[in-house]
Amino acid sequence: MTTTNDFILTMKDISKTFPGVSALENVDFSLMRGEIHALVGENGAGKSTLIKVLTGVETPDSGTIELDGSMVQVRSPKQSQEIGISTVYQEVNLCTNLSIAENIMLGHEPHHFGGIDWKKLKLLASQALKRLDVNVDVNQPLGNFSVAVQQMVAIARSLEIASAKILILDEPTSSLDANEVSQLFSVMRKLKGEGIGIIFITHFLDQVYQVSDRITVLRNGKLVGTYNTTALPRVELIAKMLGRSITDLDKVSKARFSGEQKGDKKQTLEAKGLGRAGSLEPFDMELFASEVVGIAGLLGSGRTEMANLTFGIDTPDTGNLTLNGKKIEHFSPLDSLKNGIALCPEDRKAEGVVGELTIRENIILALQARYGWFKYMGTAKQYEFADKYIKLLGISTPSQDQLLKNLSGGNQQKVILARWLATDPQVLILDEPTRGIDVGAKAEIQKLVLELAEEGKSCVFISSELEEVLRTSHRIIVMRDRKKAAEYSGDVDDQTIIQTMAGAL
Amino acid sequence: MTLKIKNFIIKNAPLLTTITIFILVFIMGGVLYPAMQKPQVFFNLFINTASLLIVSIGMTFVIITRGIDLSVAGMIAMTSAASAALLAKGANIFIVVPLMLVMGITFGFALGCIIHYLKVQPFIVTLMGLFFARGMAYIITLEALPIKDPVYRMLALTKVHIPLFEKTYLYIPSLIGPILLIIAIYLSHWTRFGRTVYAIGNNEQSARLMGLPVGRTIITVYALSGFCSALAGIVWSISLLSGYGGYAPGMELDAIASVVIGGTLLTGGVGGVIGTLFGVLINGTIVSLLQFNGTLSSWWTRIGVGLLTLIFIGIQSIFYMRRKHA
Amino acid sequence: MKNSVPLLKRMRESRLFWPIVAMALILLVDAIFAPGFFKVGILDGHLYGNIVDAFNNSAPLMLVSLGMTLVIATGGVDLSVGAVIAISAAMGAVLINPALGNKLITNDILTKDATNTPLWLIVLATLGAGTLCGLWNGLLVSRAKIQPMVATLILMVAGRGIAQLITNGQIMTIYFTPYFWFGNGFILGLPVSIYIVALVFIIAWVLVRKTSIGLFIESVGINAKATYYSGISEKNIKLFVYIFSGFCAAIAGLILSSYVHSADGNNNGLNYELDAILAVVIGGTLMSGGRFSLLASLVGALIIWTFTITMYTFGVPANALLAGRAVLVLLVILLYSDYARRLLNRIFSLG
Repeated sequence: MTTTNDFILTMKDISKTFPGVSALENVDFSLMRGEIHALVGENGAGKSTLIKVLTGVETPDSGTIELDGSMVQVRSPKQSQEIGISTVYQEVNLCTNLSIAENIMLGHEPHHFGGIDWKKLKLLASQALKRLDVNVDVNQPLGNFSVAVQQMVAIARSLEIASAKILILDEPTSSLDANEVSQLFSVMRKLKGEGIGIIFITHFLDQVYQVSDRITVLRNGKLVGTYNTTALPRVELIAKMLGRSITDLDKVSKARFSGEQKGDKKQTLEAKGLGRAGSLEPFDMELFASEVVGIAGLLGSGRTEMANLTFGIDTPDTGNLTLNGKKIEHFSPLDSLKNGIALCPEDRKAEGVVGELTIRENIILALQARYGWFKYMGTAKQYEFADKYIKLLGISTPSQDQLLKNLSGGNQQKVILARWLATDPQVLILDEPTRGIDVGAKAEIQKLVLELAEEGKSCVFISSELEEVLRTSHRIIVMRDRKKAAEYSGDVDDQTIIQTMAGAL
Repeated sequence: MTLKIKNFIIKNAPLLTTITIFILVFIMGGVLYPAMQKPQVFFNLFINTASLLIVSIGMTFVIITRGIDLSVAGMIAMTSAASAALLAKGANIFIVVPLMLVMGITFGFALGCIIHYLKVQPFIVTLMGLFFARGMAYIITLEALPIKDPVYRMLALTKVHIPLFEKTYLYIPSLIGPILLIIAIYLSHWTRFGRTVYAIGNNEQSARLMGLPVGRTIITVYALSGFCSALAGIVWSISLLSGYGGYAPGMELDAIASVVIGGTLLTGGVGGVIGTLFGVLINGTIVSLLQFNGTLSSWWTRIGVGLLTLIFIGIQSIFYMRRKHA
Repeated sequence: MKNSVPLLKRMRESRLFWPIVAMALILLVDAIFAPGFFKVGILDGHLYGNIVDAFNNSAPLMLVSLGMTLVIATGGVDLSVGAVIAISAAMGAVLINPALGNKLITNDILTKDATNTPLWLIVLATLGAGTLCGLWNGLLVSRAKIQPMVATLILMVAGRGIAQLITNGQIMTIYFTPYFWFGNGFILGLPVSIYIVALVFIIAWVLVRKTSIGLFIESVGINAKATYYSGISEKNIKLFVYIFSGFCAAIAGLILSSYVHSADGNNNGLNYELDAILAVVIGGTLMSGGRFSLLASLVGALIIWTFTITMYTFGVPANALLAGRAVLVLLVILLYSDYARRLLNRIFSLG
């Protein structure tokens, strides 16, 4: 039985909203002393916001935080470190140009008469690393070492200068190989033995099972539950992560292929052994006209990489891509555009929205890019085009001349979608088109994708939300660990997909 | 033992490259123009680049934080004009000189505050600082204003003989640069301030998350550059015994060139003042070469320095890109 | 979907509003304190007076500001415009120089009203030199990916060296009368330079508003990554704006050297980069890039010159203004920045 003394951290009822988005809703989270607690959830689940609240980067709208018996208000990253909360981020926040020893002691260097006492500094740094059983030359610049070592240095720093009570590891294993992961785990177990509470954020479920004591699952900003790791089978975990949202989306009917009909369909895009070192294993994919292919997979499984490779943002190292039987020679967004391939990118803000331009200008941007510098559409034609798509997609705005940055997330997404629809592509790839959008708009977009397929387009629909993929796809490709794991027809059941993602099939 | 030497070479490759280039260019000069083989030519480098060295040291710190200070030459001009005007009115040198240094620090401090608190890009802030400073210098005096102060004259004309070398000498102001260099080396490697400067240059976000006083350090770095510019201005006005708004034209590029050639990356976090010293010496050697040549016009220095800077930046870019993709 | 915004509101939100207000204020001050400023007369069949001078003198600045506007709109800057003016002016002067070649140089030859090269070739060479400088900058920024500030700084300083090389360190006086027409001639009573500015403005306006180039420039300045994802070559857009900036500076150099009958490597175009940036910033284009207005930048350039001449009328020396203009740039940048907008909002919501 656990007494309250065993809890080093108790977060109660934490809520946080950003304009238009509810990032966290009444979330509870607790951490025991000497425990490794995994925090899982898909993109937009609220993991990073919860951590930002804990480390003082954001202040919660409501809720309390109790640390080691006393209530605290975490106002800044610096203060969170001072009260014993240390974080090691995925992009290790250290200085690669300085030596390991310096990185560990930076800001707290021992001095003697005449300045920094380098001898003592190196000694303290070596001792800190020894505590983690890490043996490296502390004089070398940090940048010379692998990410694995850099993480160790970051952990050593947080223990040495901040006497951390809680260690948050945010996606620490993304860039590590199997050996390095084991090493990290032994360090984590060692620290656990010393009574430190570790919050382990990861999307690698095997690792969750290897090393964690309890698991907390978040979904869409809400707490799904906290479980003992041994009591929760993997398949159930995935089901909880993806869940079935209790919404009243209308039953969207979809046309189905029967076996012989597939032979009639025109093949549009074909990828054979298409791959890129370091980001995607070679994969095969066939797209046909008038269908929607859904891509399911957890975060980090390679979905976006696949989309970027197909659209030409990245150039493949191996394999080839043919469109309507003709091999594609040049890989760039403009070439894809000219060929009739369009990509609605994953990161709307960084890769899609040109905020200070008007809705109209955003909509016609790609189309104009295809026309080139000198064949200008002219404002009259622009208004006409934009009007058409605003009506088609139900974009809610008082005028076409509104700046895109003033629109809600859902409407912004529709505008970006309109941009690509306006180019009348043959192949339309949509990467997380319904992320951060309200339920009503989600349904509209899903319906639209099916309608586009009916008109003859080949659509690729990438999403973390399983039921959305199931609802809209004629075929489903499941990605796992940067490669294609399986392909199913659209009437597959969700359990099969979940099991494929879990690696059980 | 050889591993240690090899590691040392790899670790300090850029600096060693610069030193090698300097030695090569200097030797080449000696071979082409026998008159250049006299030891005094080497010490003349320090005499001729006295101001440039001081200014470049300040510039090094700024560039390591990933910033830039285009105002340095303007500050030299303003300091020369202001001190000339004050001395002409009979002010005491021991008040004028500290006053000028305080002015430099304040000016740099102001620029640093605008950069850090108002979040305006360093290049535009310091570019405007350049024009502002020159403008102020012209307001003080439209023509070159002579300095007749006896202490200045003494400093300008007294030769300090170098021991061990015959017939060689330096002027007192030429010694200020090397002394400042030693202080700068100490600051870089033995103070928390120096290490914070390097940390900020590598990754300002990380430095902030690590709890370092980023804002304070950035502002201090620009104040330091202002101080160096003012000091360089005093040295300049001693050499020319006058003050004028048009002095040191284009020296901001010479300073940046010296820093870059010395192995400090414009992207920050890497490099140091020792390299800057050799960058300055290379600059001085090029000028000497042109003087000894006599036929090529002095405008080639500007072009030559510009091209050399470009080449070094180009090489830096390539290495930086390589490392990013590796 | 109609544009149903009231006229007055549209006027106030137009990029031209504040610049025109500022201009009106300056003219108001002149009207009150120095009414002689507005005297315009007819002499030798053309207009004559302070206002005419303002237009004539500000022509080079207006041209350079046009080029600078597009560069800043992509999020860059061109610090070399002054040096390019000097290089172009030097190019023209040296080609005219009747003393070129191995003839014995006498005063007669030097001051002979003749040229070694035909006028059209001189114009071509001058414009070509400046445009090549723009190409150099553009390649450094778009292909070698060097920061615009650094890339153009190098030409800013080295360029003066090049200009001096061309003229052999001399200030070259030009004696070829037909050349003076650009900076001193009149067509239909108005200075030639105004026509040149108008012509370049129209060309620029057609290029950026009647083709998609203007939209692409703004898009690159706002979000270069999203622009690339949309299939636009932001590399080529950047290359174009620097070439155009060099071209504008070249024409400015032509007018300037024609106006003062000489080419001076040290002083031609001195501090023009400061004034060009000021004109663009007054015109409402943000230093970070994005939306721009060529016309507003022109008004900005005109404001600077009107302000300068007003100051002369009040006896303020030229160099004193240098410091003032520098402070003005920073103030205007801050006024238009997000930071200031938020501050002002807070102040006004408290009141």
